Amino acid sequence: MTEVHPAAGRSRRSFLTRLVAAPTLALVTHAAAEALAPQAAHAAVPSLPAPADLVDLGDLFILAGAPTAALLALTVDPDGTVRFRLPREEVGQGLTTAVAMLVAEELDTPLATVRVELDDARPELLFNQLTGSSNSIRSLYGPVRRTAATARARLVAAAARRWGIPAASLTTAEGAVRAPDGRTAGYGSLSAAAADSALPVPAAAPKERQDHALIGRPTGRIDARAMVTGAQRYTLDLDVPGAKPCVVRRPPTLGGTVRSVANLGAVRAMPGVLDVVTLPTGVAVVAETFGQALDAKAALDIAWGPGPADRLSDADIRARLRAAVPPLLVPPLLTPYVDAAFDFAFVSHAPMETNCAVADVRPERAEIWSGLKSPIVARQTIAAELGLPVDKVTVHVVQAGGSFGRRLFFDAALEAARVSRACGRPVRLMWTRVDDTRHGRMRPATHHRIRAAYALGEVLSFEHRVAAAETDFRHGLGEIITATAAHLPAGIGNATLAQTLFHTTVASPYHFGLTTHGLNEVPTGIPTGSWRSVYSANTRGAEEIVVDELAARTGKDPYRFRRAFLKNDAQRAVLDKAAAEGQWGRPLPAGCAQGIAFHEEYRSRTACLVEIDTRDPEHVRVTRAVIAVDVGLPVNPRGLEAQMVGGLTDAISTTLRAGLHIDKGLPLEGSYSQFHWAQQRDTPRDVRVFVLPAAGDRPGGAGELGVPAAVGAIANAWARATGRKPRSFPLDFDVDFTPYPR
Amino acid sequence: MPLHTFTLNGESVTVDAPDDLPLLWVLRDMLGVTGPKYGCGVDVCKACTSHLDGRDVRPCVVPVSECAGRSVTTIEGLADGDRLHPVQEAWLEQDVSQCGFCQPGQIMAAVALLRRTAEPTDEDIDAIANICRCGTYPRIREAIRRAAARM
Repeated sequence: MTEVHPAAGRSRRSFLTRLVAAPTLALVTHAAAEALAPQAAHAAVPSLPAPADLVDLGDLFILAGAPTAALLALTVDPDGTVRFRLPREEVGQGLTTAVAMLVAEELDTPLATVRVELDDARPELLFNQLTGSSNSIRSLYGPVRRTAATARARLVAAAARRWGIPAASLTTAEGAVRAPDGRTAGYGSLSAAAADSALPVPAAAPKERQDHALIGRPTGRIDARAMVTGAQRYTLDLDVPGAKPCVVRRPPTLGGTVRSVANLGAVRAMPGVLDVVTLPTGVAVVAETFGQALDAKAALDIAWGPGPADRLSDADIRARLRAAVPPLLVPPLLTPYVDAAFDFAFVSHAPMETNCAVADVRPERAEIWSGLKSPIVARQTIAAELGLPVDKVTVHVVQAGGSFGRRLFFDAALEAARVSRACGRPVRLMWTRVDDTRHGRMRPATHHRIRAAYALGEVLSFEHRVAAAETDFRHGLGEIITATAAHLPAGIGNATLAQTLFHTTVASPYHFGLTTHGLNEVPTGIPTGSWRSVYSANTRGAEEIVVDELAARTGKDPYRFRRAFLKNDAQRAVLDKAAAEGQWGRPLPAGCAQGIAFHEEYRSRTACLVEIDTRDPEHVRVTRAVIAVDVGLPVNPRGLEAQMVGGLTDAISTTLRAGLHIDKGLPLEGSYSQFHWAQQRDTPRDVRVFVLPAAGDRPGGAGELGVPAAVGAIANAWARATGRKPRSFPLDFDVDFTPYPR
Repeated sequence: MPLHTFTLNGESVTVDAPDDLPLLWVLRDMLGVTGPKYGCGVDVCKACTSHLDGRDVRPCVVPVSECAGRSVTTIEGLADGDRLHPVQEAWLEQDVSQCGFCQPGQIMAAVALLRRTAEPTDEDIDAIANICRCGTYPRIREAIRRAAARM
């Protein structure tokens, strides 16, 4: 490896791009720490900045990932194809397209020439291979562009030497270097020469914002054609030779154990069955087809041991959370106040592609394929489980059919590794939908108490206390050290991570005087995991409901009330945009109403205005939605729009009908016919997203941003349409189905 | 095991499989046709939606024996070589896909709808019950409208 030069850096992030000895151009980039930029606050009864205002979780991830080496790798093939190796997971959020855009922008090459490949698990990246916290574009925007800018500089230098003219006289466009006399040389033809470590290369810096031609332009997904033709390969579509279908019979209660299997011989003799393997999590069947594996799984006669949550049902959980909620500080003495308590049910991540993995475990090595957002800790854990050195375990990250937080964990990969080792053959392990819904993981149930005191047109204090079933953060920051810390006795480690995450993500955007937040987590034995927007969907959603109730108490319009208490013009701009485009205040029939809400997180902000029709109590429908969003610098407005509509859909589902009933240690819901995820008939026919023009030089987070404001807007619209206070979510939570057998 | 012969994406195939084996597993595990996805196995999520003699069905609940002598079309058989079906084109123009897992089924459901009715109403589109966990529904609606206008 030859050090070339430190690239000129204009932002606070410093980093180094190095040339790799290779026959064609190959660069790797090392990242280093970025200074934090506190935001100023000013106005009404000022609230002190909350921790999340100063250092949010994304900043922590950026810092945690800073010292790792060789974060990114870019190569140029002889045919001009640019390959970019990305240490992240694509689950539908459009990250690979956004990264390809950054590369194409800085290299001046057509987007179609850029291939973004998901990196295998690389433990040397430490904290820098975790996909989450809406952090990927935030953390990669600078390094990706600098890597590509350095590659461009080398290609230009190679052309300059070939032609014997100064590099400064050359330009680049369409994947080629051009000389003033009209000569051109494609990048592919220059790649070998550009790889010469003796080549003199001037310092390279990414383009100025005003020179961007692709960044900021609405762009279609690079994988769209593969998806509409069925060519996109997900984990279970991979052709791994000899890998046989495998499903697991799971216990009748969460975390239950296998005591004995009464009919092992009979099941082994069933058509197509190849093996039956007892696991810590159930009994696995390996067969020639999934159809046969499912039949054999159903035929298993198993005696089960108890799990940790066997006696828990919704009423018990709710009572425990209510008892655990931290106390409010401000006694309501002389000023009027709003008091409100909220309950949110457990919610399944429910990605379309259920948990799955392919594993090929041999005595001396193992290879795993799965959709993984924390592949390093997966690799380290599986290696330890198999008793293999980490370098004998390869973990391939496969593009996944949704995640919403679910794929931070690697439950299926670990199971597949265990089965493959036990039966001595490669397996393709798939969770059934019923198991995926019932055995989790889940967004934890929460209970909230909020008290806001007001007087003389000002809000004097705003207190929010949350009790939550414990969220499992035992994936750590994606590698084994923090994951191990999270496993420390009595949940101390996990609790510390939970508190850190809560206080670095949850903040009020309003000047509501003394503003405080507190969280208490209750271990329940129910498998949980971060769910899109983690604490904010419930926490900020509930706060936006209280904001409407404060407005009503003080005789103010909900939009104008928010406007008066928001902290800065950027916030007011998105609120104004949503209100104007959504025609806030327009007359609607009785039983229909508008609702509006605001949310700021990940250095981004959004406002959502919805209209709801509650006239048919059997089918309450959000009929219209207008969303305004400001992410500072939108890389791909088309992808951003998709993320916001995704957040809206999450909010429609979880606010109105989608939740899990826990009954004696197991959810009743087992499929989408019972866990009522929104369908086309539940989705507004009129949805508009307004992406505010770039107002900064750095992109904020976008993947999770849309949920909390939409939760608040829908709940507020429902309240105005029905005259009832929304307090328990989902609002319509009847058991209107016959549960599947346990 | 019995032999079953049917037409798959224009070509005759014969498989040796139990009568009651769902078509989904015949396609995916025996024939390597992976466009139709497993999402629930009980005709709820409809991610596997494909066509049997031109009508939309869910292969997860269609026994292979029911396909004998009939024509099965999966997402792989929708385009005419490199020329995409107008519904696929509309999907690209609207950039519908997010995770993409449900989209083969969504597209096959939309094609079947447009075969039944050339000018689908909003209510017709609402009646498509295929789940999209990512929430691409508004773009699906617009893509179906665009495709209908073109066809």
